Amino acid sequence: MNFTRRNFISQLASSATIIVAGVGGLLKPILAFAERNVDAFNAETESDALAEFFPGLEVTPSDAVTISVHDLVENGAVVPIKVNTDLPNVKSISILVEKNPNPLIANFNLTPACAGFVATRIKVGEPSNITAIVNSDGKLFSATKFVEVIEGGCG
Amino acid sequence: MAFGIRIRTSTKDDLTTVQAILKHPMDTGNSRDPETGNMIPAFFIETVTIHHGDKAIMTCDWSRAVSKNPYLSFSFTGAKTGDTVRISWQDSNGDTKSKEVVIQ
Repeated sequence: MNFTRRNFISQLASSATIIVAGVGGLLKPILAFAERNVDAFNAETESDALAEFFPGLEVTPSDAVTISVHDLVENGAVVPIKVNTDLPNVKSISILVEKNPNPLIANFNLTPACAGFVATRIKVGEPSNITAIVNSDGKLFSATKFVEVIEGGCG
Repeated sequence: MAFGIRIRTSTKDDLTTVQAILKHPMDTGNSRDPETGNMIPAFFIETVTIHHGDKAIMTCDWSRAVSKNPYLSFSFTGAKTGDTVRISWQDSNGDTKSKEVVIQ
């Protein structure tokens, strides 16, 4: 092998690629994220989002799900929301805002270690019903609350 | 801007409650830059994973309609003092961030 400057640099570059690929491969299992249901998040109506996200399942309104959010919100960009449920074996909690451009806002997949509770802050574009859907043992239960928004928060 | 994660935990009986702020602009893609007038492209956290020790206890799928600098709170059982809670996120650009705290 003729040890020229050009050869040396090209070999350096290829070995660097191998190192980067190796590190990337090691990091992957640590940062394994769940598969995202893109169609459900891009759906433009609440019924489409539910059909994509929970195909073939019916939603039953239930007193066992409580949704805590203010009736009247001045700034739609920051709407605190809390969802609680006493239902057993909660697999997921989803939050939907009916009038938002994409109604499915967030989905939380829980394991048996988790309590039936999540809280976050969401954007609400205009006065709208907000629905929380709890997947308990494969059945869907919901609670809905109407929220009046003075200034929309989807801008 | 800095993309930090702030985590606070509190334990009562067997229930540990986690409160976290994940610094992120959460751009919807519907607003304009006030200086240039150009649209700001959508840029938001898509998935969040929470680990208790080595065990994944919760994953979240988010849309761009979660507020800027998202706040997240949840509770779980089975944690002891000295255990760790790790929160990791991945955004729509594929960037990731992770932070671990020890339960006091």
